Amino acid sequence: MSPLPSDAPVAELPGDALRERAVDQLRSELGDALVDTLVKPGDDVWVRVRTDAWRAAGLALRDALGMDFFGYLSAIDWMPSPFGRGEDDPTQPPVERETAIVQGYTGGDTRFQMLARVSNTSRHYGITIKTDVPDDELTVQSWIPAYAGANWHERETHEMFGINFAGHPDLRNMYLPTGFEGYPLRKDFPLLARHVKTWPGIVDVEPLPGEPADEATETPEGEAAE
Amino acid sequence: MSDETVLGDRQKLAYIASQAADARLNVELETEGMTLNFCPQHPATHGTLRIVCRLDGEQVVWAEPSAGYMHRGYEKLTEVRTYPQVTTLVNRIDWLGSFANEVPFILASEKLMGIEAPPRAQHIRTILFELSRIANVGLFLGDLGVQMGAVTPVFMAFRDREYVLNLIEGATGGRFHPNFDRIGGLKEDLPKGWIDETRGVMRKLRKFCDEMETLLFGNEIFQARTRGIGVIPKDIALQYGLSGANLRASGVDYDLRRDHRLPMAWDKVDWKVWTHPDGDSFARCWVRLMETRESTLIVERLLDTIPSGPIMAKVPRIIKVPAGEAWVSTENPLGEMGYYVISKGDLGPFRVKIRSASFNNISIVPWVLRGVLVPDIITILASLYFILGDIDR
Repeated sequence: MSPLPSDAPVAELPGDALRERAVDQLRSELGDALVDTLVKPGDDVWVRVRTDAWRAAGLALRDALGMDFFGYLSAIDWMPSPFGRGEDDPTQPPVERETAIVQGYTGGDTRFQMLARVSNTSRHYGITIKTDVPDDELTVQSWIPAYAGANWHERETHEMFGINFAGHPDLRNMYLPTGFEGYPLRKDFPLLARHVKTWPGIVDVEPLPGEPADEATETPEGEAAE
Repeated sequence: MSDETVLGDRQKLAYIASQAADARLNVELETEGMTLNFCPQHPATHGTLRIVCRLDGEQVVWAEPSAGYMHRGYEKLTEVRTYPQVTTLVNRIDWLGSFANEVPFILASEKLMGIEAPPRAQHIRTILFELSRIANVGLFLGDLGVQMGAVTPVFMAFRDREYVLNLIEGATGGRFHPNFDRIGGLKEDLPKGWIDETRGVMRKLRKFCDEMETLLFGNEIFQARTRGIGVIPKDIALQYGLSGANLRASGVDYDLRRDHRLPMAWDKVDWKVWTHPDGDSFARCWVRLMETRESTLIVERLLDTIPSGPIMAKVPRIIKVPAGEAWVSTENPLGEMGYYVISKGDLGPFRVKIRSASFNNISIVPWVLRGVLVPDIITILASLYFILGDIDR
């Protein structure tokens, strides 16, 4: 039998030194196009690159850092949802909500950010990479020349966030019907199920028969940590 | 002699040979093209995937899968759920291995909260994770026969999967959608007698694997229809982000259970990662068979070393996850499944990116189907093994 179970020794464990080295290597490849980095000890590494270096970063990750495994590619809409978590009581006056756009790890300046992850299958660590998408023109370079698998992910991101990919051959919709208006994963796209019917959590606060009103809301769910 | 160049050359030669044969055929028989619609209801599609193929004679010159018949928008729905509620949703992504879908999300939330489940909970999680792999891949092995006209294996698979589902039901209360994993541990401890019963079932499942190996993998028709068909070289597989058995069948020795440090119990026991150098349909099926057998051994060894102690860490009654971002992925039955969770310190996640294995595994279909013959479409699709809920999410 030729195919035998692999006895290859496990390569060096994903350590912070490995991640630090990856960041240094990426900086030497990209120069000042690498805007911000974050290495969380014992966890993971995040980098943010300039928008015009998005494809160059993909190629550098693949060729210089040996990130051969394509994980995923998507986007983030950092605008807080104007609908909150969709649990508003329609009989009450509208709630004041946070509107400031605050980005997460490695910062940013724009409402939309690209998010991708690639991994190194021989050294067993991965890297999460982000880039800003300019607010006035929602276009970034396509990653297909670096990772062929980005094709479908970019189509998905295009229909869900309305971000265009320069150099993508075919940005047809994957899920939604052709001609669908709006971009469902944007925060200002309402989740209709929560608008046509009130969230039952609001309705069910009446006390059960025979129970005093103040105890009914305090009934433990039985799932409490012991 | 380095292994890598030998394997690479072998795959490349197989690919070049098939391309050369295609080119010859195209010159000899030039016919008018036709379009073949693999409709959403085709049995080979495990759900509702439509594939449009452009044919030249018996040969596919262009193929494009059209997903989206089952898109449920889980990424949007997670934004209006609390953390404990999300597991109910993500259970339904890969519905044959439901428990395995919950684990990476729970691990990501625990990472953000800075807590870890107690050792006993980690152990039981890993056991249930492997049981869902056996239930999932066991059905795949049976289904494989049906795609090639053999009806017996599927009955055997359904028969033996029932034992595993009974175990999952015994421990969690749910056959298909357990929703058993909690942030900080598990809902309940194992019921009395469950461990002994599991040992018996694992022996049965190993017998099932042996049966499959002789009945199906030793079958001449099966070999003729899968060997050298649908070859995916290593570099292409990695570029498309193929994962799980599909990647290991192309000779990449990469298994997240072994290669990533997760608060799970896989590193507590001894087991093997199976790979195959060929990258064809047969290799993909073979790796899955070996993995199912290996899973039964993992479960048995984990049962022997199960520690005592609590099954739930101290967590607040109302779970608020501190602001931050975390990525956790695990080696699910179908491949790498992960969640990128962004929290803003609220009751529910701000955004969850779900990386499901089948989405990437199927994105290679236009590449791999180019140049194959019509009957091979079915075996290639079956060997890539996808579940529609896992593509569309």
